[in-house]
Amino acid sequence: MAQQMTTGQRYLRAFVSGFFVAVPITVTVLDRLAYVARVEGASMQPFLNPGGGSECDVVLLNRWSVRNYQVQRGDIVSVVSPRNPKQKIIKRVIGLEGDFIRTLGYKNRYVRIPDGHFWIEGDHHGHSLDSNSFGPVSVGLLHGRASHIIWPPNRWQQIKPSLPLNRGPLDTEEKQE
Amino acid sequence: MYINYHCTPMARSNLRRPVEVKMLRRVLGQTLGFVGYTIQYGCIAHCAFEYIGEFVVCSGPSMEPTIVNHDVVFSERMSRHLFKIQKGDIVIAKSPFDPNMNICKRVIGLEGDKICTSAPSDLFKTHTYVPKGHIWLEGDNLKNSTDSRSYGPIPYALIRGRVCLKLWPPHSFGTLSESPTQRIIKSPSDSDSD
Repeated sequence: MAQQMTTGQRYLRAFVSGFFVAVPITVTVLDRLAYVARVEGASMQPFLNPGGGSECDVVLLNRWSVRNYQVQRGDIVSVVSPRNPKQKIIKRVIGLEGDFIRTLGYKNRYVRIPDGHFWIEGDHHGHSLDSNSFGPVSVGLLHGRASHIIWPPNRWQQIKPSLPLNRGPLDTEEKQE
Repeated sequence: MYINYHCTPMARSNLRRPVEVKMLRRVLGQTLGFVGYTIQYGCIAHCAFEYIGEFVVCSGPSMEPTIVNHDVVFSERMSRHLFKIQKGDIVIAKSPFDPNMNICKRVIGLEGDKICTSAPSDLFKTHTYVPKGHIWLEGDNLKNSTDSRSYGPIPYALIRGRVCLKLWPPHSFGTLSESPTQRIIKSPSDSDSD
């Protein structure tokens, strides 16, 4: 059977079967497990893109750990921008649902995060388009959690959740004062 | 007798080893092949559900009479990925307050559209504009639907798919009807002159 096929047919067949294995597996891995993304812009300085300019950090986005939309305060997450669905933004989670947040330049001074939403901010205040301009973001827009910086190699590290100083949810007593 | 007992297991193991290894290898190969096929077809299924379409069982009264409780519909994903959602389409979207729950509503306005937010009986009409990157969703059953009239516009990226076919029950098989409510402001020129 195989001997009757010409070389071209054999290559075509190998290509098609390889195609039907490689493409779905790649797409599924990128959708479900992990995604590699380049960080552009200055909004997460100094943690990401500290040099600014032409060099861009590359991060590994863990998509498996956010399959149930579970994130912690301080995690760096990538979210589909609510203003432009073609764009993804990478920010730090400051508050989860039910938290009270002291905002920086939002229309209300204090905000209670509604159910199913979170509050995200860039580390570089004033140079970041984040929840301070568009308010709490629905958790359904979550795309992935940045778990590692993989490029440049000298800054290779695992990203641990950490909240910036003086940022984070207020205690309820503080809110009532 | 004693020697015989001592000797037999050795001989047996020497005899059996190549057969056992061969069997083990075959079982291992079969298992790996099975796992590989499972992964491959799982990935193909994922791609089909993610990029072509999926079957959805609808529940709840909010889309009556277009879609009633327990209807099965087919929702296609391509027009969402290609940003081809239009006014009047019925879409399945993630609920903005609970990402694990899906809602099925009709798109009343895209970004930049003007929406009448007051009840028809109100004397003074109030209008709002849909912000950039958002859509305005309403159910066909205006009296019994929690939709953008209560929680405002929702981000476009929460859309999961466009409902294009009704599959069950069989007597209503086919494409879906137009909106029974007069909520869609047809063309941009109309809404500007309004």
